[in-house]
Amino acid sequence: MKKKKKIFSVLYIGACFLFFYLPIVVTMVFSFNSGKSLTKMSGFSFRWYESLVTNKSIMEAVYVSLSIAVLATILSTILGTVTAIGLSKNRKILKEIILNVNNISIMNPDIVTAIGLMILFSSLKMEKGYLTMLLAHVSFCTPYVITNVYPKVRKLDPNLANAAMDLGATPFQALVKVILPMLKEGIYAGILLSFTMSFDDFVISYFVTGNGVQNISIIVYNMTKRTNPTINALSTIVILVIILTLVLVNTIPAILRKKREKKEALQENINLD
Amino acid sequence: MKSFRKLVRPYILWSLVLIVVPLILIVLYAVTTGGNRLVNIQFTLDNFKKIIEPIYLTVFSKSFQLGILTVVICLILGYTLAYVISRFNEKTQNILILFVTIPMWINTLLRTYAWISLLSDNGLINSLLQTLGFDSIPMMYTDFAVIVGLVSDLLPFMVIPIHTSLCKIDKSLIEAAQDLGANRFQTFWRVTFKMSIPGVLNGIIMTFLLSISTFVIPKLLGGGQYMLIGNLIENQFISIGDWNFGSAISLLLAAVILLAIRFMKKIDKDETEEE
Repeated sequence: MKKKKKIFSVLYIGACFLFFYLPIVVTMVFSFNSGKSLTKMSGFSFRWYESLVTNKSIMEAVYVSLSIAVLATILSTILGTVTAIGLSKNRKILKEIILNVNNISIMNPDIVTAIGLMILFSSLKMEKGYLTMLLAHVSFCTPYVITNVYPKVRKLDPNLANAAMDLGATPFQALVKVILPMLKEGIYAGILLSFTMSFDDFVISYFVTGNGVQNISIIVYNMTKRTNPTINALSTIVILVIILTLVLVNTIPAILRKKREKKEALQENINLD
Repeated sequence: MKSFRKLVRPYILWSLVLIVVPLILIVLYAVTTGGNRLVNIQFTLDNFKKIIEPIYLTVFSKSFQLGILTVVICLILGYTLAYVISRFNEKTQNILILFVTIPMWINTLLRTYAWISLLSDNGLINSLLQTLGFDSIPMMYTDFAVIVGLVSDLLPFMVIPIHTSLCKIDKSLIEAAQDLGANRFQTFWRVTFKMSIPGVLNGIIMTFLLSISTFVIPKLLGGGQYMLIGNLIENQFISIGDWNFGSAISLLLAAVILLAIRFMKKIDKDETEEE
């Protein structure tokens, strides 16, 4: 009876994972096809990777996606962390207002955020392109940084900064040397979220960009009208990079912890001797 | 310490300009005519009246039907998956959950694009059917394709919160129910399921919110003629240029979703207070 249950569990999980991963695997396999077909493998080749590297507009889109993701992550992490630290020291009313505005920004459907920003930029007569895309990305990433960092700020001992300053630290030193290190976990979570959200974004970028500035999502959207194995090659690279990052993020802390524990155990042994 | 108080100031200005003002602009556009020239704006409710016209009402009802269908499918598949995963030991659970989350981090557009090569008329599934001697089934540009795309995109959002609340259940409660004579179905329904309701609600909100506001999946898998609320908004802004009407629809969409979230949160709160 128990065995039967186990078999069902494994089969069900297998079926669900097939549903999640089959399309991705198929995309990857056909990126190595020597023919143009997306259903029949006619041989193995790197032909589509070559056409990817030589395609100027795709390479530009990769540059736009990466540079916007890096810049938006840096800016929103700084803005979000600084705000989260300041927030705990403010009156309750202001705190509530800012946290509510944040929640609205997170809960609002992407498409509503997108058209709001689109109307804003055109009312301000800003030329749509790289800058508007960057501003939009910082604006939707920052609330996520705040929601990740603020709970950690609340857990801090309020006397910590005072103690540092009593001991002669300037407010800036107290901030950088005492407070920031204690918020590490929240800040890392914010960085990871901002980067992947910015890198993956389609809807908001699509509405606020212009003048031929395209990120990866937009170029894929425009190219899907025809079957194009070059997109498969691009997908494969993007997916591998994301999976690698996630696996590293999930395993490195565990490995480091194990190493430290081993070292500590060793040291204890030595001390005992 | 007081000097830290000023640290919020940049963000107050920032969120005012990039979060609050855009929302106000949407409201402003929704209740006026005169398009993008602010000189000749006039107050009107016509944009909202237009929504009740039959062509647009069908778009709304179709979006809701599809959204509800997606939520139901996600709930059935997702609850089963979360439940099955929660029966494994902790280490295996962590690995399985990691595999559920990985697709959430991969670009929706790329994953939807991947479905095209499986579902299209000369795609992988149909060529498999043909080699087996069956007729090919047209799947692209149908409701079926859109639902497959939506479910595969949104299923993780259902599985994760349900799994989290299943893990929180104290195992001794289940044993207690069994000791007190409940059969397996009763134990599941009256203990396990009841205690996982917060996770279920969370999953329902997320999948519903994302499914009724999407426009990429219906456009790619449903074709250019396929109209859901998201596509209607996109059309108004990108091709037709009626920003006032587009804003009215967006405002309605945002209001429905924010209210739904409030409602669900309230139920969630009452539920936890009862305990």
